[in-house]
Amino acid sequence: MKRSRKTEVGRQKILMTGNEAIAEGALAAGCTFYAGYPITPQNELIAYMSVHMQERGGVFIQAEAEVAAINMVFGASAAGARSMTSSSSPGISLKQEGISYIAGAELPAVIVNIMRGGPGLGNIAPAQSDYFQATRSGGHGDYHCLVLAPSGIQECYDLTALAFELADQYRIPVIILGDGMLGQMMEPLAIKSEVGSQKSEVRKEWALTGCQGREPNVAKSFYLKEGALEEFNLKLQKKYRQIQAKEERWEEFLVDDAKIVLVAYGSMARIAKAAVKAMRSKGKKAGLIRPISLWPFPKQAFSKFLAPGTKSRAPRPNFLVIEMSYGQMLEDVQLVVNGRAEVEFLGRSGGGIPSEKEIINKVNKIYHG
Amino acid sequence: MDKIYVPPRSLRPVSTHYCPGCGHGLAHRLIAEVIDELGIREKVIAVAPVGCAVIAYDYWDFDCSEAAHGRALAVATGIKRVRPQNIVFTYQGDGDLAAIGTNETIHAANRGENLSVFFINNAVYGMTGGQMAPTTLLGQKTSTTPEGRSAQVQGYPLKISEMLALLPGVKYIERTGLYSPPEIIKTKKAIKKALMNQVEGVGFSLVEMLSPCPTYWGLSPQEAMSWIKNTMVKEFPLGVIK
Repeated sequence: MKRSRKTEVGRQKILMTGNEAIAEGALAAGCTFYAGYPITPQNELIAYMSVHMQERGGVFIQAEAEVAAINMVFGASAAGARSMTSSSSPGISLKQEGISYIAGAELPAVIVNIMRGGPGLGNIAPAQSDYFQATRSGGHGDYHCLVLAPSGIQECYDLTALAFELADQYRIPVIILGDGMLGQMMEPLAIKSEVGSQKSEVRKEWALTGCQGREPNVAKSFYLKEGALEEFNLKLQKKYRQIQAKEERWEEFLVDDAKIVLVAYGSMARIAKAAVKAMRSKGKKAGLIRPISLWPFPKQAFSKFLAPGTKSRAPRPNFLVIEMSYGQMLEDVQLVVNGRAEVEFLGRSGGGIPSEKEIINKVNKIYHG
Repeated sequence: MDKIYVPPRSLRPVSTHYCPGCGHGLAHRLIAEVIDELGIREKVIAVAPVGCAVIAYDYWDFDCSEAAHGRALAVATGIKRVRPQNIVFTYQGDGDLAAIGTNETIHAANRGENLSVFFINNAVYGMTGGQMAPTTLLGQKTSTTPEGRSAQVQGYPLKISEMLALLPGVKYIERTGLYSPPEIIKTKKAIKKALMNQVEGVGFSLVEMLSPCPTYWGLSPQEAMSWIKNTMVKEFPLGVIK
């Protein structure tokens, strides 16, 4: 499916699917290695890479398995290349072994999950059911991936480019968490000149390049001597605290005077935003917090509502968490709110997507019992 | 006085954790000697397995990567594709290469990756305590085949080198035995050929080394060498397979 794409930098907008925009964002950020395996609904991504990666001098491999693809990424990344793999939920489960090793070897890598329904083979409808898997350590061991959740085609491009920067900066696997709706819908995309030029030339002194003129490098996650693994894990934890302090990202929409604040990410946030606009047009004080980084979860977005209030302070809003899953991000919101406000929930998964109308009905119920 | 036999530059001057009579020390040293002789130490990137040789990077003095169990050839593929100017080899045991990593092995070979593979076949899982390997001989007692491997229950020893030889992407496969000075010299020649093939861009090359594991064969080091010569080679005949 080779389509001619105008990808020159400029003001011109081009129409792309989310899957293609992610691939284009990766290429713009200097990704030179991609290995993947076909799975719906992310096939546009691997197809796009098969055409455009080689055009730009990089390496494209259709791997024999998801497990092989992520381990190829381990190797390419260890050798210093900006590297990526992509898949959808069942395939991402298979990649967890490799992601754990990448985290343990402190290698940068970008992993794209265009989520579909689960558990098991589930279906190919959009879902957000892999939130826990992405934001906790999906594989074995005490680690985290940085997780970014685009909610439109432009963000698919922008956040993927950012993912490579963050991956290199922190030597950490970064997950782009989208869903089948986002992956396959089309919107105009502006190719930004600054993305390409931001391509940081991070000096990867740790990379495996052959030991000419230096001591040998080793890429590994194995610490057998007594105390060595604990020491390493504490170092990882320190890095995670730094990331939590610096890398929270979110969007706020009409929250300042809101009595009800919706919390939704990705595609779901688009529908939630439409519901907020509809409610505002009827005079209802609704707002939206859209987490962009899911790990670290944007706690600061909530802090202004939850700081110890003065007598003159307006009452705290209620929060309504909306997901295409059954209460996963909900737990992060509950942890942040910690009983200081009401947290309500609306979620569907397995093919169901909460509609604007369902959201408004839920808000009305909260208001009027 | 001239030194006529010195440790290879590519081997660190440290003691290994291997059992007395183990073949890994021999194989490590042969690879290091060949790398020195070819003058490629500064270009080499090795991929160590999960198994007894998991910390091979503590013994070799060049760049190394670990790989998850069985994934060495996927990791090596990633390294070699982005750094084709480097010399990349994997070092893998029978469980790693021919059981949990069979998929990675077959497909790297079938893609014809320009890699060198050093395959240590000692017919057991050593690091975990001598369990049955894909290459365990029929009748061989291991900690998971206490009555001996039975074809009816556990199937037959897997001849992965012969299987791989069927693939057009594979350019060179030889099986050698680490049990006597002449066979060790042959092994070194095979290692050199596998690495030279990569230097010259010939393609996927694999050397299978039948390697003694006295500990989990329940034999003395000398008996283990004899067991390769008298028993193991009947199932795994030596020579150039492709």
